[in-house]
Amino acid sequence: MTIREMQQVLDARFLYGEELADLDAQFVFSADMMSDVLAYCGKCSVLITGLCNPQVVRTAEMLDIVCIIFVRGKLPDENMLALARGKSIAVLATEHYMFTACGILYENGLRGGA
Amino acid sequence: MSEQLTFTYSIDGDDFTRAGEASSSVKNKLKMLGVSSEAIRKVAIAMYEGEINMVIHADGGTIDVSVSDDDITMVLADKGPGIPDIDKAMQEGYSTAREEVRSLGFGAGMGLPNMKRFTDEMQIDTVLGEGTTITMKVHL
Repeated sequence: MTIREMQQVLDARFLYGEELADLDAQFVFSADMMSDVLAYCGKCSVLITGLCNPQVVRTAEMLDIVCIIFVRGKLPDENMLALARGKSIAVLATEHYMFTACGILYENGLRGGA
Repeated sequence: MSEQLTFTYSIDGDDFTRAGEASSSVKNKLKMLGVSSEAIRKVAIAMYEGEINMVIHADGGTIDVSVSDDDITMVLADKGPGIPDIDKAMQEGYSTAREEVRSLGFGAGMGLPNMKRFTDEMQIDTVLGEGTTITMKVHL
């Protein structure tokens, strides 16, 4: 599923990275604890989280995540978006709660990677 | 690569938002050196957890990263409070981090276990009241 398709099914907004919209992903990890993301993300290349601070982008960078999806209407500040731009990590924001966002993506064929 | 390369970083203990900059720099350098992506990932995760720990618990410190033909060695040294019980600290879920740190997404008691999980060798030398030095190696 491409980042564009994820954006559409989640009614999400691109905060950065429309030019990355054609990147394809199969595996997704979701958590608010970044240590859990670091421990268990495995081969996932998309991160769904409701945590909103610069360490989310740093964590994504360490794991070669290509897209961060913020749930529950969380909006990263300009500092976080600048970090994401510097690392070419697409950033989406959706109003859906985490459970719902995960369910929608699962229904559309994405899976957890661990 | 025949000679050993070493990079040294000073970690600022005051600014949580900048934690991870050293790990990010090392990740980029290893990529440029042509190190395998699997090894880079292990180094990046382990060093990043260590860097975060230094900021959370020890008011910063220094990190030396050496790259040889055989391995990548990371030495993280701080002058923090030391670790009273290493066995406990190595248990997943055991944490002494403040609530404020947890709200930032860390302090879930996964830091040291993650550092061990993603490295091939890890040694902790700690003295209460004086500081902690953690040496980690990832084999190439």
